[in-house]
Amino acid sequence: MMTETHSTLTKNIAPVLSFTVLVLVWEATVRLSGWDTNVLPGPYKVLESMTELIANGSIFKHTVASLFRVTLGFYIAAILGIPLGIILGRSQIASILFSPVISFLRPISPLAWIPLAMLWFGIGDKPAIFLIFLASFFPIVMATTVAVHSINPTYFYVAANFNFSRTEVIQKVVIPAIIPDVITALRLSVAIAWVVVVAAEMIAVQSGLGYLILDSRNGLRMDYVMDGMIVIGLIGLFLDYIMRRLSRIESASWGVKQA
Amino acid sequence: MAHIQINNLSREFVNRRKKEREGNGLDYGEKVSVLENINIEVEDGEMVCLLGPSGCGKSTLLRILAGFDKQTSGTVLIDGKEVTGPSSDNIFVFQHSGLLPWMTVGENVELGLRHMEDEQAKKVEIQEYIEMVELDGFEDHYPRQLSGGMQRRAELARALAVNPDILIMDEPFNGLDFLTHMKMREEVVNMHQFLGKTVFIVTHDIDDALIMGDRVVVFSKRPSQVKMNQKLDFPHPRIVFNKQTELSQLRDELFLMLGVSYAV
Repeated sequence: MMTETHSTLTKNIAPVLSFTVLVLVWEATVRLSGWDTNVLPGPYKVLESMTELIANGSIFKHTVASLFRVTLGFYIAAILGIPLGIILGRSQIASILFSPVISFLRPISPLAWIPLAMLWFGIGDKPAIFLIFLASFFPIVMATTVAVHSINPTYFYVAANFNFSRTEVIQKVVIPAIIPDVITALRLSVAIAWVVVVAAEMIAVQSGLGYLILDSRNGLRMDYVMDGMIVIGLIGLFLDYIMRRLSRIESASWGVKQA
Repeated sequence: MAHIQINNLSREFVNRRKKEREGNGLDYGEKVSVLENINIEVEDGEMVCLLGPSGCGKSTLLRILAGFDKQTSGTVLIDGKEVTGPSSDNIFVFQHSGLLPWMTVGENVELGLRHMEDEQAKKVEIQEYIEMVELDGFEDHYPRQLSGGMQRRAELARALAVNPDILIMDEPFNGLDFLTHMKMREEVVNMHQFLGKTVFIVTHDIDDALIMGDRVVVFSKRPSQVKMNQKLDFPHPRIVFNKQTELSQLRDELFLMLGVSYAV
């Protein structure tokens, strides 16, 4: 009992403590370096400008724009990537045909696609969504394929023994078996997507947190740059929290406590 | 119930290891004969216990019988029909749990009954089989929440719910603690007497074979051949030690046959 309350207490207090230390180190750096506040704004100034951005609503507008692109690009990647991963994992012919192509495309940085994306989709949401899609699609396909390959073969024997149809094998064996691994893959790729959205917005669009950072740099407002960074970090934290909650659903967590 | 006839069955494997495995002295592509000219006939409703040294191909025979693997030559006839693939008429009970871990006990048992139209009747039947293995109250538990013995019982319930002609069990008591092993063995004997299904069990435990089997078959080392095939016409419950001298002698003989000179 004692240790339990102790541990929840530490769990809640520890992050607060480490963030406090971070802010203190930041403030100390500002004071000791003697740099101009336009070059390295301190925590107070950043907080002040954050209230400005909140007051005029622009921070919300940019955040929503970024989240919209990530969500859409990420969903398209998941909707196409998971089934493709299952097909590659189940069919040897499909795997022989497509795996080399995917292995070839995968290591190309999504940012390398920026010129083509802009040429094909113009300026606006579309190229950014395309880049986010590329960034999350390949990791999802790969992770799903690996997850299908690592299903215990016994389960397929059980399926054959109970006369499962093809659809039933997918529904009752393959999908539930890969859920824990796929959720982990989604969690990792949503983080990648969030990293990529900022880069994409610096080039191809006129809104979003990436655009906020770029625009503030042009206006030499480093405090706004930092506000953008802080919001990006906070949302990254939030996305990870959501994905972790997802993996705690009963039917998704069968693998965790196994073994 | 079903009649099984295994005729001149052989199974060869091709060695696909490029690197020579320690001590086996096989070259890449060389054929390894695992089963050689196996002839076994099993009568309707018989419980056959298959003994043999480890690695002799007992499990391979079971897998062929279940349709998971193909023989190189020979035939397996079940009720006169050749085995062409897996079928819910012959249910395999796996050595390590074959329960689907993402389904509850109830959902696992339902697998064999999933085509029943009448939902209510289906529920009743699922419950019946769960009660048969004394798992009532655990319908909504996931396999990982059950002990090893309970998992085996759940799998047995799932197998019986299909109402198969043949139950194929690969070392069903492996990894269970001593008491659970004894209880589970009793349950299988009771189940067999009650339902009268043809049961094919692989075991490495001589006493299991003697206590449960209507017939005991012994395989030799690889390439396996049938070394002994004997009907055990003794009433249940059987007490192997001391009291039934004939069984006791057979037990000594089996131990000797499997390479143990002084059986305890």
